[in-house]
Amino acid sequence: MLRVEHLSKSFGGVRATRDVSIDFPTGSLTAIIGPNGAGKTTFFNLISGHVRPDEGRVLFDGADIVGLSSLEVVRRGMARAFQVASLFPSLTVREALTAAVVSHLRASGRVLSRFPVAAAGRRADEIMDLLGLDPKADVLSANLSHGDQKLLDIGLALAMDPKVLLLDEPTAGMGSEERWRMIGKVHRLWEVTGMTVLFIEHDMDIVFKIAQTIHVLKYGAVLAQGTPDAIRRNQDVIDAYLGTDHRLSETVGEA
Amino acid sequence: MRVSLMRVSPLRAGLARDVAVAVAGLALLLALPMLFPQPALRDFLIYFFAYGLLAMSLNLLVGLTGLVSFGHAAYFATGAYAFGLLMQSGLVSIPVAALAAVGGTALVALVIGAICVRLKEIYFSFITLAFQMFIHSVIVTWVSLTGGDQGLRGGIPRPPILGLDLNDARVLYGTCAVVFVLCILAMRQVAQSPFGYTLRMIRDNPARANFLGVDVTAMKLGIFVFAAAMASVGGLILALFVSGAYPEFAFWTTSGEAIFMIMLGGMKVFLGPLAGTLLLQTLNHYVTIYTEHHGLVLGTVILVIVLGLRRGLADVLYDWLQARRARRAAASDPVPGSFEPAPLADGALIKGRTV
Repeated sequence: MLRVEHLSKSFGGVRATRDVSIDFPTGSLTAIIGPNGAGKTTFFNLISGHVRPDEGRVLFDGADIVGLSSLEVVRRGMARAFQVASLFPSLTVREALTAAVVSHLRASGRVLSRFPVAAAGRRADEIMDLLGLDPKADVLSANLSHGDQKLLDIGLALAMDPKVLLLDEPTAGMGSEERWRMIGKVHRLWEVTGMTVLFIEHDMDIVFKIAQTIHVLKYGAVLAQGTPDAIRRNQDVIDAYLGTDHRLSETVGEA
Repeated sequence: MRVSLMRVSPLRAGLARDVAVAVAGLALLLALPMLFPQPALRDFLIYFFAYGLLAMSLNLLVGLTGLVSFGHAAYFATGAYAFGLLMQSGLVSIPVAALAAVGGTALVALVIGAICVRLKEIYFSFITLAFQMFIHSVIVTWVSLTGGDQGLRGGIPRPPILGLDLNDARVLYGTCAVVFVLCILAMRQVAQSPFGYTLRMIRDNPARANFLGVDVTAMKLGIFVFAAAMASVGGLILALFVSGAYPEFAFWTTSGEAIFMIMLGGMKVFLGPLAGTLLLQTLNHYVTIYTEHHGLVLGTVILVIVLGLRRGLADVLYDWLQARRARRAAASDPVPGSFEPAPLADGALIKGRTV
């Protein structure tokens, strides 16, 4: 579904992404982890068309999408949610989702019908239902709790009916309990929709629990990739990232 | 009643309400001069229509899309001059000249807008101002066509249309009122359409709108052209009424006044700018009777409103109503758990309200 080949990007002297090649099979659930500044968000910016890579190819559904605008990339079926929820503060949850669906239906320019268009409204209801946002349907986006804002951000991406969904730290800024609830929803979403999901995450317990495949970035390059078990045992990852005192490495020792 | 509500599509329900309001508004506008037959009131209201359309159309950019244009009067003037010149040519009837003037203004706005809407925030404001001053310069210097700083003189002929003699002040007033209400209704429809909600997305967060597949530039250009066309109708009404067109129409102070009207009236409520237009027109009218320092008085009033209320008059009213509604909802809170969903698009859940 999505494959990147030899992707590189420098900002001035900083090489944010170095020769990254990863394959994301259709319907996979993949975690991108790495210490702060490892280039995770840059990686998302590169594949979503927001930033143009210096070198390399991004193959989406078999076609190279490097050079396409973020608008074209979205229209091909790759949507993203943001580390800091990026919303429309003055719209209610229902309005925002419906307007996003309207955009997906290419009906944004219509002036002779009334908002909300029935078909878009139904789809927005489905998304609210899927994410458990329906009790908040008529709340202004600006007045949502942090967790609901993150959910709505994902909901907006879902309105694009994406084939590939990029989630930049879906649990950022949440307490432990809320994190698990959130990631539970993401996991269910992945199961229900069959999308290819990539997510950036800092909480190792969450990553090891739900991801099928993990890619570890460090200084913009892929340090390791593999199943959670393989990553847990990988000495490079333990040294560079997990740390020898991380309790996961202890469990590896026990095992 | 409830059953009928369920069958009506949201388009018809919303549009029907707006049309009802428009008809009531038009009836009021037509009744006013009959109740108070002084010609001064009619004249005042025609000015109100012209500047009201300017302010309302500017608010489509400022309030709805978040595009603060400092040069909106350029299209007001383009409409006035195009209409005046076409009528003076004696080749076309009033409706044809009007349509051509509005269409021509839309074309001018399409060219100018295609450049402007690519710029963000203050740069957008500056370039719209620059284009306005350009149009003003053209009007002032092209004396052979526009009469330069003397304005378009010689009067604008008003040949009868379909038996309507616009030289009759009452007919002229009625025609302007109908055109005004139709334009307001068209703007309302645009604001409530999927396009209108897309513009709200762009106002709130253009980057995110782009990531949701919205062609932000195209949408901005669309509303820029539409707002210019609506402003040109305002200019056209004024040209028809004063039987001429003047370079002041295109001067930056006219755009500034339109911004004042929006600030005074408020931009949250759809008709807010009209409240501001009424206020500013009234102030202009009465203050100039009593003092020549009317700028000083106006400035003071604007300062009081801006510093004292920090929003427009209609917004104050709106916020007050919202707060009251919230208080009432809190007071008459139904049994906990019996959450009432708001009516859905297709009205399927409306029956839940019967409880």
